[in-house]
Amino acid sequence: MADDTTPQEPNTTGGPAAPDPDLAPADVPVREVPIAEVPVASEGPLPDTMADPTLLVDEAILDAEAEGDHAPHIGEIRHGATGEPLGAPILEVSDLTVDFRTDDGEVHAVRGVDFSVSAGEVLAVVGESGSGKSVTAMSLLKLLPPSARVGGTVRWQGEDLLAASKERMQQVRGAEIAMIFQDPLTALNPVYRVGDQIVEMILVHEKMSKKQARARAIEMLDLVGIPQANKRVDQYTHEFSGGMRQRAMIAMALSCNPKLIIADEPTTALDVTVQAQVLEVLADLAHRLSVAVVLITHDLGVVAGMADHIAVMYAGRVVETGTVDDTFDSTSHPYTAGLLASLPRLHGDIDQPLVPIGGQPPSMLNPPAGCSFHPRCLFAKEEAGCMSVMPELEVKPGGQFAACHRSEELLAAGNLVRRVEVES
Amino acid sequence: MTDLIPTLPPAPDVDASLADVGPSRSLAGDAWKRFRRNKLAMFGLVLVVFLALVSLIGPLLVQDPLHQGPIPKEPPTNQHWFGTDRLGRDMLSRIVYGIRLSLFIGIVVTLIETIIGILVGAVAGWRRGWVDSLLMRIVDILLGIPYLVLALAMVTVIGRGVTAVVLTLAATAWLQTARNVRAGFLQARETEYVEAAKAVGVSSRRIMFRHILPNVFQPVVVLAAVGVGTAILAEAALSFLGVGVKAPAPSLGLMISESESSFASAPHLLIFPGVAIALTVLGFLLVGDGLRDALDVKDA
Amino acid sequence: MGSFLLRRTLQLLLVLWGGATLLFIIFNALPTNPAERFASGNGNRNPDPQVVENLEKKFGIDKPVPEQYVDYMTGLLHGDFGNSYVNSEPVSDIIKEKLPPSLRLAFWAIVVESAVGISAGALSARKRNSVGDWVTTLTAVILSAIPVFVLAYLIKQVTGVYAYQHDWPSWASFPTIGYGPDEYFLGIIPINGTWKYMVQPVFVLASVGTAILARITRTSMLETMRLDHVRTARAKGLTEKRVMKRHVRRNAMIPVVTVIGIDFGTLVGAAILTETVFNLPGLGSTIVAGAKAFDAPVVMGLTIVVTLVYGLASMAVDISYAYFDPRVKLGDD
Repeated sequence: MADDTTPQEPNTTGGPAAPDPDLAPADVPVREVPIAEVPVASEGPLPDTMADPTLLVDEAILDAEAEGDHAPHIGEIRHGATGEPLGAPILEVSDLTVDFRTDDGEVHAVRGVDFSVSAGEVLAVVGESGSGKSVTAMSLLKLLPPSARVGGTVRWQGEDLLAASKERMQQVRGAEIAMIFQDPLTALNPVYRVGDQIVEMILVHEKMSKKQARARAIEMLDLVGIPQANKRVDQYTHEFSGGMRQRAMIAMALSCNPKLIIADEPTTALDVTVQAQVLEVLADLAHRLSVAVVLITHDLGVVAGMADHIAVMYAGRVVETGTVDDTFDSTSHPYTAGLLASLPRLHGDIDQPLVPIGGQPPSMLNPPAGCSFHPRCLFAKEEAGCMSVMPELEVKPGGQFAACHRSEELLAAGNLVRRVEVES
Repeated sequence: MTDLIPTLPPAPDVDASLADVGPSRSLAGDAWKRFRRNKLAMFGLVLVVFLALVSLIGPLLVQDPLHQGPIPKEPPTNQHWFGTDRLGRDMLSRIVYGIRLSLFIGIVVTLIETIIGILVGAVAGWRRGWVDSLLMRIVDILLGIPYLVLALAMVTVIGRGVTAVVLTLAATAWLQTARNVRAGFLQARETEYVEAAKAVGVSSRRIMFRHILPNVFQPVVVLAAVGVGTAILAEAALSFLGVGVKAPAPSLGLMISESESSFASAPHLLIFPGVAIALTVLGFLLVGDGLRDALDVKDA
Repeated sequence: MGSFLLRRTLQLLLVLWGGATLLFIIFNALPTNPAERFASGNGNRNPDPQVVENLEKKFGIDKPVPEQYVDYMTGLLHGDFGNSYVNSEPVSDIIKEKLPPSLRLAFWAIVVESAVGISAGALSARKRNSVGDWVTTLTAVILSAIPVFVLAYLIKQVTGVYAYQHDWPSWASFPTIGYGPDEYFLGIIPINGTWKYMVQPVFVLASVGTAILARITRTSMLETMRLDHVRTARAKGLTEKRVMKRHVRRNAMIPVVTVIGIDFGTLVGAAILTETVFNLPGLGSTIVAGAKAFDAPVVMGLTIVVTLVYGLASMAVDISYAYFDPRVKLGDD
């Protein structure tokens, strides 16, 4: 990268190259996420995203590359795809419900979730804590505790897993669908060597000798970028660093060639500096080996960098699905808009206050009537049915599916559009 | 810069919900509440209180435990509710006095050993360095010798009788307390609030007493409660073996050893003292367990 | 592993040496000396001063204390524990005679309590019924409140004396004194009817330990089953059986082993009482006899030996720890 001394020009590959000289500084168009009732038009000229598609750049890339980072970025592998169909779905979840019997009553953790994943695709499932995303992930492989009752269908390549026998599930787990968990330190057994745990899994699903399985394990560890894999394979988990442990988990998950990986918040427990590396590994391998990924996360930056499609969950339901690019640029749901708005900006004015979504997630013992988001929604209106009728996922003008009574109305008024400030 | 974000309606009043926290509760009050909820612990407490009453008031109500009556080994009758022993002494009064003796020894031993244990543990845990090493080496060595064996060795030197037993048991029991206190000190030293106190200039002794001692309070109290039970058992064992309290003192352990030859004809001579010891120890064990659960700060 | 062993061995040696020294100090620090105490029954009677002097000369107590200490310690290194005041028998002989029976008793008690306790706990955890929890907890608590000798007495009287006197069937009645034919295969396994003599004492010794182990096994297994790595194991496609065997049981055993180690100390005390009640020859009953007679060399010598055995057993537990939990092996002591 050449000498970068001009502070005014952001060295971005995708962002606006220079401020429009016709605009005075005070009128610099702002790209931010307003979620007020005030029509956007009164704020000044908008960047014309239709005219300049490069303005559709993912926020994460903008932020990262503003610092001059030109390393190949995770997003670049996927970037550019705008809703191309990726083939028939291999996983279809319909009306998934999960209820837990607890001492305080029945908790409805998941209340009717629908989404699907195609071969080789990365689907991000996003939501706050308590939205039910982890429970959803675990229910796919039937890994929930006995106090859970699961309903609906999980169709894996045509077969309903929820109706499958124990033996069938044991076949599916690991060999067809593999799972990566949040905290690799506790997810791996501390009293066995890492290599042995991978070998154990391989030997369950494949017919090969211990030697061969061990060779495969070393190969996998090497594949995920663990140095000196042939030595590391005999070490214990506590001898690995956090990032390495998660890589080992990824290696283990991929060792039997699954067609789908479910990653439950794989980077939440890791240092920020390591998160990107691990995701890089996951994304890269998934892409190379054509493995689909269901990525559970609450970090929108991660989503931006890695996923093709996004499913936003709130209070046990999916409230919006669509391609990442479309959704990030023009969401059809107030909750998603709120999430995007709450992301702090690296470019913004330092005095700019952070914009949280007020209120707390609802109790899953007693979810609110109607749309679960309505107590916190700035646009909730009695007449539209927000307080009384549960909205279903329906296709919206932007191309996404959203569960909101007022989507069309809000989109037309421009209340949900995101605008990004341009560096001047 | 322009005001980039138009005025938003204020966020819902989250802070209002925090106001409803309730009256502040002290740690002791909290602990007592939790203790009360624990049925087993409360049962133990009832036992202990009952037995304490028995030993305090009992002697005023019963006959002379040393008086040898005419009919030995008599099963329970109206005159002797618990029967008589092989020398014709009234069992009820012997049991009452026996419980009293057990409680007395148990409590005195525990008091002494707790004080010694706290002193040694505090010095070791606070000072560190060679003092700590020396003291802990001694503790480790003595702990390497099994409890009863060490006690037997000590009575070989000290002899028999109530005083000897008290000294012996105290000398063996302080070890565990010292270890626990030291551990508590070591842990508390590293906490941030001690560092803060030091940074502000609070004197060492003050830190020790006001900040660290309350922290070691919990394990010490639990150990003490259980320790009374252990001491009672130990005294009974020593007396049973014949190296503890001297006859004709009414030691429950002694009574049991005397009952051996006549079990077939007079089982009550074994049963009553046996049950008495078991109940006494049980009471303290349950209280100790209950205290452990109630004082567990982590659950707060 | 090597440095771990080395460290623990040194620690054990320190305990032995320190223990012997401390004991020596205790025994010789008082104004009265051991010979006087022996002769006078610790003040119970007035011995003939000539007798006392003879004793002192015979057992070297007339020498200055530091010299006695050196003599004693060098003796220890050669396996010489001095001689009993009562009959001048070398204490080392006494030890040779009385150690095996005690070891046998302890061995079988541990085997029984581990086998029964752990199985019961594991079963209860698998069935996951809280009735089992209640029962084991209650039994454990009550058993630990009953003095061992009371339990021993009860067993002895009921299944021994009473049973014989009233002609109970042979499977329910047991002899109550000694070890009978006292014959063993490989020194450990009782044969020729000896086992009948062992049933009661082993039962008594194992009873408390069984209840405690059942309880801790159950708790540990239930806790382990909820850990993350168990879920990962299932997610890998392992059968439930394999998950339990390789990912639950082994991890759950760690605290159980700890408890077994802790129980050793209790076991020693219980053994002393049990041997006394059942009139079994062993270190325990001998120490008691020595304490009663103020026979200092016997008490000291046997105490040291018991400490040694206890220390070795603890070390064995620690080493097995390293097998169960590799984090220990690598020197994080």
